[in-house]
Amino acid sequence: MFKNVIRLQSRLGGVITFCKVCPRHEPFRNAMKYSTASAERKRFYQHVSISQSEGGLYEVNLDRRKLKTPSGKLFTVPNEALAIAVATEWDAQKDSIKFYTMHLTTLCNTALDNPTQRSKEQMISAALKFLETDTICYRVDEPPGLVELQRNEWDPVLHWIESRYKVTIGSSSSILGPQVPEGTRETFRQHLGSFSLWPLTGLEFVITQLKSLVLSLGMLDRHLSVERAVLLSRLEEEYQIRRWGNVEWAHDYDMYELQARTAAGALFVHLSSESSTVKHKLMQD
Amino acid sequence: MASLSSPLRACRGILKELRAIQGPSYKQSLAYNYVIDQFRKNKVTGERYCRAQQEAHHASLTYLCLLTSTRNHLALHNLYHGKGERSPEEVAGLVGLRLPTQPGGKGWEK
Repeated sequence: MFKNVIRLQSRLGGVITFCKVCPRHEPFRNAMKYSTASAERKRFYQHVSISQSEGGLYEVNLDRRKLKTPSGKLFTVPNEALAIAVATEWDAQKDSIKFYTMHLTTLCNTALDNPTQRSKEQMISAALKFLETDTICYRVDEPPGLVELQRNEWDPVLHWIESRYKVTIGSSSSILGPQVPEGTRETFRQHLGSFSLWPLTGLEFVITQLKSLVLSLGMLDRHLSVERAVLLSRLEEEYQIRRWGNVEWAHDYDMYELQARTAAGALFVHLSSESSTVKHKLMQD
Repeated sequence: MASLSSPLRACRGILKELRAIQGPSYKQSLAYNYVIDQFRKNKVTGERYCRAQQEAHHASLTYLCLLTSTRNHLALHNLYHGKGERSPEEVAGLVGLRLPTQPGGKGWEK
């Protein structure tokens, strides 16, 4: 317990106490910033900026130092918009750095480091496994208000995705869930295979948050907004809130956290799978 | 809550959030300039149903949702989340004592 006292006292020089093994020079100081998760990291930079390196990749600079991922690699993104958004996240930290609010940074780090060494096929099969237990397809039998609500809200989304991808996904109220035919799985596998690694990381994140492949695809195809997708994902909770009342420190907290993560994931997928060019049309006079 | 579906409201919302984050000097930030540029570029289009414009609009709504949600989440977190344990110094201070300090360091520490 007294080690904590020493750590707190030498907080600013804390980077040096942890660097017993590695030499005390610039690259390692940045790698250490993620490892001190227990002690609070104070904001040690004044200014955040971005710069473009060779290959068209963008980097984020904190004061004069380049940002690095937790495993020590240089933090590069292929897209200026994403770099600016990450820089804004870092700039939004006041006094102490709260990593749990920096969702885009976390996603970029995961995509860059790939700490669990997942391949594209593993991610796609994990996403497809979610289809069988998709939130939208799981219906209840009672209470009747909830059954109505599920039918009215979730059915249109199911119809939309069935017509968009020409597949059939049923909805069922049994405990085993719907029987998804193999053709449906193949169609989705092909569609997901067209994404590269970075958007897939984001997509997997969104699916895990919303607990539904259908809702994630609906949001990515811009059929649903983020708020709507989160609402549909939490439909049963919303029903209970309307019935029994809202608890701010649980319901609102969860909702905002879910919205933040989903929005970050959606933005990450959009930005890492698009490249925009401006085409100027001549004015005809 | 009125719908935020028009691009102007999305733009204003994003700029308001940026002002909340950055403080008075938000007009010099990177995000501000980028957002203004993007909105200006995508404003003019000849087609009636322009897919790129819709995509950009959706992206701007998503970013607005991200900023508002993180701000609200942080506010709720600071309001309701537990602050953690007290440090030994604070605990000693509760009863009016102070921790002993040994100038040479304790025997087992270097």
